Amino acid sequence: MFDNPRFANRSELLGIAVLALLLLAILPLTLDVFRLNLVAKYLTYSFVAIGLVLCWGCGGVLSLGQGVFFGLGGYCMAMFLKLEASSAANTKIQSTPGIPDFMDWNQITALPFLWQPFHSLTFTIVAILVVPAIFALIVGAAMFKRRVGGVYFAIITQAIAAILTILIVGQQGYTGGINGITDLRTLKGWDIRTDHAKFVLYFVEVACLFACIFAAQFIRRSKLGRILVAMRDKEDRVRFSGYSVANFKTFAFCAAAVFAAVGGALFTLEVGFMSPSFVGIVPSIEMVIYTAVGGRLSILGAVYGTLLVNAAKTSFSESFPQLWLLGLGALFIAVVLAFPNGLAGIWRDHVQPRLSGSGKPGKPWEAIADKTPAE
Amino acid sequence: MQIGHLQKDFLLSVEGLTVSFDGFKAVNNLSFYVDEDEIRVIIGPNGAGKTTVLDLICGKTKASSGSIQFRGKELTKLKENQIVQAGIGRKFQTPSIYDDLTVFENLEISYPRGRSVFGALTFNRDKAVRERVEEVAEMVFLADRLAMTADLLSHGQKQWLEIGMLLIQDPDLLMLDEPVAGMSVSERVKTAELLNRIIKGRSVLVIEHDMKFVEDIAHKVTVLHQGQVLAEGSMNAVKTNPKVIEVYLGH
Repeated sequence: MFDNPRFANRSELLGIAVLALLLLAILPLTLDVFRLNLVAKYLTYSFVAIGLVLCWGCGGVLSLGQGVFFGLGGYCMAMFLKLEASSAANTKIQSTPGIPDFMDWNQITALPFLWQPFHSLTFTIVAILVVPAIFALIVGAAMFKRRVGGVYFAIITQAIAAILTILIVGQQGYTGGINGITDLRTLKGWDIRTDHAKFVLYFVEVACLFACIFAAQFIRRSKLGRILVAMRDKEDRVRFSGYSVANFKTFAFCAAAVFAAVGGALFTLEVGFMSPSFVGIVPSIEMVIYTAVGGRLSILGAVYGTLLVNAAKTSFSESFPQLWLLGLGALFIAVVLAFPNGLAGIWRDHVQPRLSGSGKPGKPWEAIADKTPAE
Repeated sequence: MQIGHLQKDFLLSVEGLTVSFDGFKAVNNLSFYVDEDEIRVIIGPNGAGKTTVLDLICGKTKASSGSIQFRGKELTKLKENQIVQAGIGRKFQTPSIYDDLTVFENLEISYPRGRSVFGALTFNRDKAVRERVEEVAEMVFLADRLAMTADLLSHGQKQWLEIGMLLIQDPDLLMLDEPVAGMSVSERVKTAELLNRIIKGRSVLVIEHDMKFVEDIAHKVTVLHQGQVLAEGSMNAVKTNPKVIEVYLGH
């Protein structure tokens, strides 16, 4: 009766299977490459949303600066791709051939040393995972060891997002400034701009997404996942049960950061550029809204929430560009007030009982969803 | 030589402990000693600093000056979780449990293994854990509630659950802050019986107002008044102490 919790129960496995069917078969077969690439772009945000489920939903640590990590991952990838696109042959009209075009425009004559290691793809992939983790570790350790939490932590992460944006925009010669890093062409000689490449990259991304879903599920299923929930409820009791609360919060924050960075790197590959407009306060808050709409306690809910909000964004903002932001704000307020557990909560409370006909909630672990945490 | 020998024998030595909140000394130059396997009850009027003393020992509040030695370790320099790992368990006044987790999971989290981040990630709920959780649940009258969400327990059951969470840690010093407060009469009787069973083989520091309960369990009583020790000794000696009658027990 009290064996180790299984990796996933039946309805969770079913949920994962349905998502796999949707992403691997239904969408690729029914959508053209342009639309599929849009889905791919949306899905990159769902990596961030999954991280927020762990960090905010389970652990109660609300970060309003996940764009920072999305950006760090994205910029690492963009630096590699930009260097490859800036070969001496491609840039021979510049006054300094062999460096990215925006550096040349800013009178920089040699590749900055921070850029040097990004000639290596291996280094780039490691950096995508490690740089955000270290950054989150520093921020997390500095904040959580000093017992900064709740609203204060959210505000500080937001400030960090603003600071990083200003830094990127200000250091135009090193970062590409407000335009970001654009005109990315090939990955190890393979043109990423073709329809075929976009199709292949979509499947690479879905594979990465499932790796993230499994990692998040593993964390949540472990005792660590239960400690995160416990911390959200009674931080002091966890502390006086012999755990270092700061370490656990830092871990959740780092995990969320790494997930976000993977999403950012894939975004750069899918969309072909990276800019500060994905780093700042607004995109960071939008990412929190995706999680809230999907259900901040549900990993799969976060994926669906991201897809739906973005699909709505694309279709509405095409017809009513001014109204969209108001609509997004209204959606967030509606979710917080009426459906604190988002789509996943609606599914669990209203759809699933009717499907199974028994009227009892199908997922015992989601009993935790009944109570609304403070953050 | 004599003093050094004495200090080594005490499980807990509190010496010259002072804490001031904006100039108000909630605990003022307080000293007391707790022996191995001793049950010490702290009584005193409201605002005497009883809960603050427990807060200081478990690290929730930092002392302004003074020392707290536990088995030769200076606790004032340790973090809360290190103090727990040194062998001190603390029960709070209001039941402090994880409402969203089941009774089993509440107890499991307190099981003293896998307390690091990596340890928690790879924690395996093996037979030893299950048996210990079931054993403790039996002791705190919650054996048939293991699968229940803790939120749904009654107030008394929540108190028992928290006591169980401390038991599973197997601390050398157990600190209980008003363990029977807010309980029904029958729950009170059961709790006294429970405490009498679990205090064997460890030292216990209890804050309690229920005099009947104090008489039942105390080896020694410390009376606090305005952050200082007013009297100390057996319950009988304390009960007849005119100063104690004056400020606390009443005429």
